[in-house]
Amino acid sequence: MIELQQINRIFTVGDQQVHALDHVDLSIQSGEYLSIMGPSGSGKSTLLNIIGLLDRPTSGTYLLEQHNVTSMNDDTLAHTRRNKIGFVFQFFQLLPRLTALENVELPMVLEGIPPAERRQAATETLNTMGLGERLHHRPDQLSGGQRQRVAIARATIMKPAVILADEPTGNLDRHSGKDVIELLEQLNKTNMTLIIVTHDPEIGLRATRQIRMVDGRVMEDNHKR
Amino acid sequence: MNTPDFIRLTLTAITAHRLRTALTVLGISIGIAAVVLLTSIGEGIHRFVLSEFTQFGTTIIGINPGKATTAGGSIGVFGTERPLTIDDALALQRIPNVQAVVPVVQGNAEVEAKGRGRRTTVYGVTSGFPEAFRFDTAIGKFLPADDPQAPRALAVLGDKLRTELFGNENPMGQRIRIGGDRYRVVGAMQPKGQILGFDLDDTVYIPTRRAMQMFNRESLMEIDVMYREGTAEKIIVKDIKRILQARHGKEDFTITTQQQMLDVLSSVLNILTFAVGALGGISLLVGAVGIATIMTMAVRERTAEIGLLRALGAHQKQVLTLFLGEAVVLAAIGGFVGLAIGVLGAQLLHMALPAMPVHTPWIYVVFAEALAISIGLLAGVLPARHAAAMDPVTALRAE
Ligand SMILES: Nc1ncnc2c1ncn2[C@@H]1O[C@H](COP(=O)(O)OP(=O)(O)OP(=O)(O)O)[C@@H](O)[C@H]1O
Ligand SMILES: [Mg+2]
Repeated sequence: MIELQQINRIFTVGDQQVHALDHVDLSIQSGEYLSIMGPSGSGKSTLLNIIGLLDRPTSGTYLLEQHNVTSMNDDTLAHTRRNKIGFVFQFFQLLPRLTALENVELPMVLEGIPPAERRQAATETLNTMGLGERLHHRPDQLSGGQRQRVAIARATIMKPAVILADEPTGNLDRHSGKDVIELLEQLNKTNMTLIIVTHDPEIGLRATRQIRMVDGRVMEDNHKR
Repeated sequence: MNTPDFIRLTLTAITAHRLRTALTVLGISIGIAAVVLLTSIGEGIHRFVLSEFTQFGTTIIGINPGKATTAGGSIGVFGTERPLTIDDALALQRIPNVQAVVPVVQGNAEVEAKGRGRRTTVYGVTSGFPEAFRFDTAIGKFLPADDPQAPRALAVLGDKLRTELFGNENPMGQRIRIGGDRYRVVGAMQPKGQILGFDLDDTVYIPTRRAMQMFNRESLMEIDVMYREGTAEKIIVKDIKRILQARHGKEDFTITTQQQMLDVLSSVLNILTFAVGALGGISLLVGAVGIATIMTMAVRERTAEIGLLRALGAHQKQVLTLFLGEAVVLAAIGGFVGLAIGVLGAQLLHMALPAMPVHTPWIYVVFAEALAISIGLLAGVLPARHAAAMDPVTALRAE
């Protein structure tokens, strides 16, 4: 479902050019569980942002479900993002002034889904994540692990095809990190494609497919059976 | 995005910083209060002046000798026109629906009674004067309807002149001298006070013919025609023109209707109100700067939030409307608070200084609120556009 062909991403800083992605070819099937590892600055986040349509490649072709997204305009990209892609970030990125429930509802608010319908969906999602008691808590009243679970609920409320998690455990202790990974794996079992960027080999090795990046290139691509 | 959701999201943003919101709102509300208060005073003065004018009635048409040209001068200066006469005035009396015609001459003369003298304004008028100008006597009667060409030497005193000359004594039937001629007092007017700087009480009214003799005039200064209310002014004006043109052979006079005067006056006063309101508008500018500042700060502080919204699939336009909405809501609240302060201030001012005319028309209130909202839009547009144009990846990285 994800086809990257000869993707380059070049950042220009002053008169210096940074080749963040260097002719990346990558093909990901629907429902895959994939981890991306590699040294700092190797282009992992950049790759994830391009897959998530937050960033555009400098050159190359990207097909998402057979659609060429490199030529889409901003509004179509935003719309695709909303419906097909769920982001999970290292720093959770919850809006501090909204409750857990309201944070989870946010993508549905942007989509214009009626309040009753989205309230129900958000409540159910949070319930399945074990946060039924925390619906009306604000982020600062939640633990790190709970916050990340709220963020995951938000990422999945629109039933996206792909979940992109950029170091989702980077800010969590070992125990809650493991909880979060297990939660993501559970979602993967419902056939959501899962892509996790991580520095933690223990987490990386759990994925059925492991990619290793160095200097903007895919150096290893291991399938586990 | 639904409108209620949009509003709710906006409100959570502005209630998250209560003090900051309050201060920003205050900035706009002071501006709006100033505009409302100042235009209320302007409008109050406007109404006051107009009511001063219209207390003589609005169905008066004045006729002056000489034809006013577009350049504002008068060809009468060259002395080619025939002057207005008492006979002209008598001719106009025959126009249907004309209630009173008053030939007017005015001048200053010494008035003496019981050894006391006073220099006052002398009006030469006829019996129709009280009806035409809605101004009646307090005691006695006004000048009788004598033959206009040979009236008796009777006089009516203005209220101030009466007290100056006679104090508490009854002036009725008293003999006085005006400009050296002997007159008998037949009445005294009600007090009228000052109108636009003219003291209408320090006067004496005598028949027109006698005033012309006193001031050595062959002609009238003005003829005032009062017509029945509800009559078309145009028709009366046309009749006046027709009759006077027939008598004079050409149009060598100028007709000024009360309505014209009111229109001119009203437009001058509107400019005054507007100018005063614009003065208040300057303080609105300060409020606008406040909103622009706070919105710029908000966009900077919430960069990560903007990135997140974009990652969740918000269109650039949605981000723009969210921040623009915030600016507008701030300004709108400021507008309401300002209106309350302004209207209350106007009432307090009116209570403290009853002489000060204050009036707040509802249309100004609506206008002020619309103004506040437009200011919010203007002040918010740059920060909001900045927010919408942000690169999502860069925005997300901000902490
Ligand atoms: N906006 C940008 N402008 C300029 N250079 C950038 C920008 N974003 C990323 N880079 C550069 O691109 C390269 C790849 O960055 P990226 O963030 O993808 O690395 P990463 O693998 O995610 O690293 P980390 O493990 O530290 O998160 C780095 O050299 C980085 O400096
Ligand atoms: Mg990274």
